[in-house]
Amino acid sequence: MAQNSIVKPIQLIVIGGSAGSLDVILKLMPALAPSLPVAILIVTHRKASSEDLLVDLLNSRGSWPVREAEEKEPVAPHAIYVAPSDYHLLIEKDFTFSLDVSEKVNYSRPSIDITFESAAEVYGEGLVAILLSGANADGVAGMKRVRSNGGTCVVQDPSTAEVSYMPAQAIEQGLAHHILPAEEMAAFINGLFTNDKNQ
Amino acid sequence: MEFEIQDDEIELLLQDLQERYGYDFTDYSKASLKRRINRLYSLDKFPSFALFRKQIQTDSIYFRRFVEEITVNVTEMFRDPSFYRILREEVLPVLATHPFIRIWHAGCSTGEEVYSMAILLREAGLLKKSLLYATDINPGVLERLKKGIFPLRFIKQYSENYIQSGGKDDFSRYYTAKYDWAKFDEQLTAKMVVATHNLVSDRSFNEFQLIFCRNVLIYFDRNLQNRALQLFDDSLDTLGFLALGAKENLKYSTIFRKYKQLENKERIWRKIA
Ligand SMILES: C[S@@+](CC[C@H](N)C(=O)[O-])C[C@H]1O[C@@H](n2cnc3c(N)ncnc32)[C@H](O)[C@@H]1O
Repeated sequence: MAQNSIVKPIQLIVIGGSAGSLDVILKLMPALAPSLPVAILIVTHRKASSEDLLVDLLNSRGSWPVREAEEKEPVAPHAIYVAPSDYHLLIEKDFTFSLDVSEKVNYSRPSIDITFESAAEVYGEGLVAILLSGANADGVAGMKRVRSNGGTCVVQDPSTAEVSYMPAQAIEQGLAHHILPAEEMAAFINGLFTNDKNQ
Repeated sequence: MEFEIQDDEIELLLQDLQERYGYDFTDYSKASLKRRINRLYSLDKFPSFALFRKQIQTDSIYFRRFVEEITVNVTEMFRDPSFYRILREEVLPVLATHPFIRIWHAGCSTGEEVYSMAILLREAGLLKKSLLYATDINPGVLERLKKGIFPLRFIKQYSENYIQSGGKDDFSRYYTAKYDWAKFDEQLTAKMVVATHNLVSDRSFNEFQLIFCRNVLIYFDRNLQNRALQLFDDSLDTLGFLALGAKENLKYSTIFRKYKQLENKERIWRKIA
């Protein structure tokens, strides 16, 4: 399609997950194409101070460099960032990360809502938000903002989710552009960039 | 939450604060500030931006509320227990060699961090010869610090943190519980010197052997971070210690070369030059 060329390219993918999402993320890692021009940010609920383990675990799974997002660090393409535990993660207009220790949202810090909302403000159409398995309503309000700012919303098919509540909520609210089983997530992400080669 | 208030309106508010009250928030990280301002706007149910702005401009009591709500005051006792463990094991023995110990907690909020430190000093037998300077931009949080009364529902978490930090006592010896509150020992409070201090505009006021500034710099842009760190450098004895939050770093700062991080993962630096 001719219009495709004026659509803003995808610059950031934010993956939000809670209970039951780690498995999906671990399976996704090795299946990602080796050099996509995009940054991926992972926001998951987990116990405070378990972040280093998650970064190490993800690093062992694929060829992409994985690191914890640092405050004021510029968001670079072809990197995977993990939101540190016990801080909310936001993105500034100049494409740098910010951390915040304010009150938990949906009993969670990091809150997926906060990162989705803040990324939506900055990236607009250039954002893909992915919501995975979870037992909590976090992420749904954030997806609303992603959608109204022109971003793309992807939700894990609840029937493939270990805990279906979180993705089911997003679907019920009519927020999902795409509903995908866990095993198709990587192919979807890779597919976002295959057209570039023809241009 | 929908963002009702847009970037240009936030700029207006920040200008007003500067002109009317002399508070400068222009070098704060914008994403969090915007979220906090919008949160307050919907919490207080303003019908329009114009009325919100007017209230801040004309009502100094509301202005105080505004500052207290847009700054983040969330804190806890013995936050990051491993950090406090290193303080016990590596920093307190050095402090002990001084005849008199002065510690500054910049951005101390309601004081949970200050009480935690006072407990460490007491257990090391150093509290008598110590003073803990507790400062914050918000007078309201400092009033709470002076009372030393914290919600009882958090105490379980705090005593777990305390034990993980290497605490050997029964944590309950430090407070008396009454209804839903825990009042901490007044002997701890007695060693605290409490004052408002704005890291953006106020100066160095003493020399310290240890400065805490935890989870405050994350709200500042790089430029303001550097200014605050320069202020700490001006206020720290040579061989003194600077303690930052778990996700804050001296690595990118202008004072970096004068400091050496302790040999562990904790965010504690020693001034070596
Ligand atoms: C998240 S709290 C940190 C409390 C404690 N240090 C901790 O780590 O748990 C941040 C504190 O910084 C204070 N603050 C923000 N801007 C400040 C400024 N310009 N000068 C002094 N304090 C400031 C806020 O009022 C708030 O109490």
